[in-house]
Amino acid sequence: MLSIIRERLRQGHRTGKYPKEEPQLPERFRGLPQLTRDLSPQACAAAVAGCPFAALSNNDDTLQINLGRCLFCADCPAAEQGALTFSNDYRLATRKHEDLLLGDEVYRLTDRLNKRMRKLFGRSLKLRQVSAGGCNACEADLNVLGTLGFDLGRFGIQFVASPRHADGIMVTGPVSENMKSALLDTYAAVPEPKLVIASGACAIGGGPFRDSPEVNNGIGDLLPVDLFIPGCPPHPYTALDGLLRLLGRL
Amino acid sequence: MNRSRLIRFRHGACLPLTDLPRLDFATFRESLFEEVATHARVASFFGHPTDEGLDLYAILVHDWQGELALLRTQVTGSFTSLTPNCPQLHLFERELAEQYGVRPEGHPWLKPVRFHTPWIDAADIWGRDPRQHPIPGDMDFYRVEGEEVHEVAVGPVHAGVIEPGHFRFQCHGEEVMHLEISLGFQHRGIEQMLIGGPHPAGIYQLEAAAGDTTIGHTIAYSQVLESLADCEAPLRAYAIRAIALELERLANHVGDIGALAGDVGFLPTASFCGRLRGDYLNLTADLCGSRFGRGLIRPNGVLFDLNTTEVEKMLQRLAVLEPETRGAIELCFDSPSVLARFEGTGPISTDDAEALGLVGVAARACGLIRDARLHHPFGPWEEGFNTPVIETNGDVSARGNVRRREIYASHQLLRDALKRLPPGPVSAPLAPLAADSLAVSLCEGWRGEVVHAAITDKAGKIARYKIVDPSFHNWSGLALVLRGRQISDFPLCNKSFNLSYCGFDL
Repeated sequence: MLSIIRERLRQGHRTGKYPKEEPQLPERFRGLPQLTRDLSPQACAAAVAGCPFAALSNNDDTLQINLGRCLFCADCPAAEQGALTFSNDYRLATRKHEDLLLGDEVYRLTDRLNKRMRKLFGRSLKLRQVSAGGCNACEADLNVLGTLGFDLGRFGIQFVASPRHADGIMVTGPVSENMKSALLDTYAAVPEPKLVIASGACAIGGGPFRDSPEVNNGIGDLLPVDLFIPGCPPHPYTALDGLLRLLGRL
Repeated sequence: MNRSRLIRFRHGACLPLTDLPRLDFATFRESLFEEVATHARVASFFGHPTDEGLDLYAILVHDWQGELALLRTQVTGSFTSLTPNCPQLHLFERELAEQYGVRPEGHPWLKPVRFHTPWIDAADIWGRDPRQHPIPGDMDFYRVEGEEVHEVAVGPVHAGVIEPGHFRFQCHGEEVMHLEISLGFQHRGIEQMLIGGPHPAGIYQLEAAAGDTTIGHTIAYSQVLESLADCEAPLRAYAIRAIALELERLANHVGDIGALAGDVGFLPTASFCGRLRGDYLNLTADLCGSRFGRGLIRPNGVLFDLNTTEVEKMLQRLAVLEPETRGAIELCFDSPSVLARFEGTGPISTDDAEALGLVGVAARACGLIRDARLHHPFGPWEEGFNTPVIETNGDVSARGNVRRREIYASHQLLRDALKRLPPGPVSAPLAPLAADSLAVSLCEGWRGEVVHAAITDKAGKIARYKIVDPSFHNWSGLALVLRGRQISDFPLCNKSFNLSYCGFDL
């Protein structure tokens, strides 16, 4: 008992000050991309052709990036050509699929839920996580939210064991053929009203497994998605920021 | 003796396919058994369809000779199952049946593995409609019948934030008579997507083959391509790979010990380790920007270097983390109530572990010295590794202790690697891959040995890519340890193995 107390004192208090203080992210962290303005049409086309996951597109000779498809690659061919740079900004979650498209405007982060939904979930949100073909990186960094560094519970958000106890589902993975029906069953078991959160590039658009015949390229039209959290995998702060914004807590 | 029929080679070799004899099946079978009887184990066993039939490749490993051996044969339609004589092949043969519609006659447990349609135009051996995607978990489960016997079915969706899998327990009261594990829910078709490559997307698919073993799988992939291209990565790149590999091992082992402590209700260690695991992940992020090592390892090098200041900073972080980690772990391994729960739970004998072909932490906990860093170093860097960690009891306590001691060993390895970083570049251009060749690579990921093998076609493109995650061997070990145990021991036994679903499902 004494040794437990001694160790507890040595380990100290470790819960971060977020959201009062901004988190310190590693210098090499790749967050919100900044697109280079006024690219020549050739440079634009080269950047579009370079991405293996078709995250970039040419919108009237202006480069546009789909953050739902972007894997924030360290060797991004478009970044190497100077078409974009990755900033250190971890805030990426959006409410609508079209908001994931970033051109030269300001990136539109998620809105808060409407008043009724905020009243229901704002102070207590229980989520059932469903891994549908995920590689366990998204899952691992969601699990991390429960550790004492983040302490998700202090925001009233909790992952629960049963869909019957949940206010929504948090989906990871590209939705493999073999998980499709289990995902739909889990969703059906959650009582109304309910939220669907797509966490990670796979759940949003198939991620690195896009166009494999064994996956559904993410949730797609299978379920109505209320929050998109980009990243491969999303940083725990990206997920936390998205959740808190959705609940109107930021 | 059939020894001359074997192709023996060292790790990193590129073998021209024309040099590989195609043995007749009887000779293949006899040679394989002979090798296994003389302490070889099967690292990989896979098929590659040709115009005449299905080529089968068996990659055998002689650990203490640091040697690999290869056997090739060809089958059509069906072949005599090798599993009754060599149980470690059981899943490999089921996989062949599912992928290519060949029947291993006499296989004692012939069921689908990942529930996908056959990869070639072949009849499904279970008679399922080839135009329809199979239903996952749709197979004949082993059942025990009798009064007071009941079945407990769990999954695919589990209670925690974890991956999906289906477990069926045949119970008599609290006692589990048999556990059958049916996976495949995470199947994304990775091996099929890699065909025709190396594609630009390939490395990212490998990074996400098992997201907690990104470094292990990307090193194995890079080594295969380097072997096929006959290129050596720069020395400094090997050193940075070794650093990343040990950081990955530290993060996962520390997390696992926290999870083991949590499962027996010892919360201090569970909480401390949860936080410490994140700190090790952040060290990987300091190195490459991603907590999981995404974007670090590339064929023929690494994408990120460490300058002197960064090395110094990492050493300082380690100097803080090491005593905190030791404190958190020792607390748990000094508590009689924890040890009482760990010791004797979920034991597996050395003989069973050997028969099933277990690898990694699970094998080393049963006294089997299997560590690719020791036996099959790749490149000059790992040749200095000489400290595998071995426990002998084969129970939860042994698996926990292997992790505990490997954490301490990894601290030492990391410090040494950081202090001895060789100068020079961290990447070099990769030459085109040799045509009509085969290469095999092993990498000791944190769970165990990751084995990749690739065969190229006449244009030097990947014609077959085979991945064996350590979990592929070890899931059967978990099923076995539950026999005769209480069902309430399952979570603890499961954590002590902590196997990958997606690494198995691919």
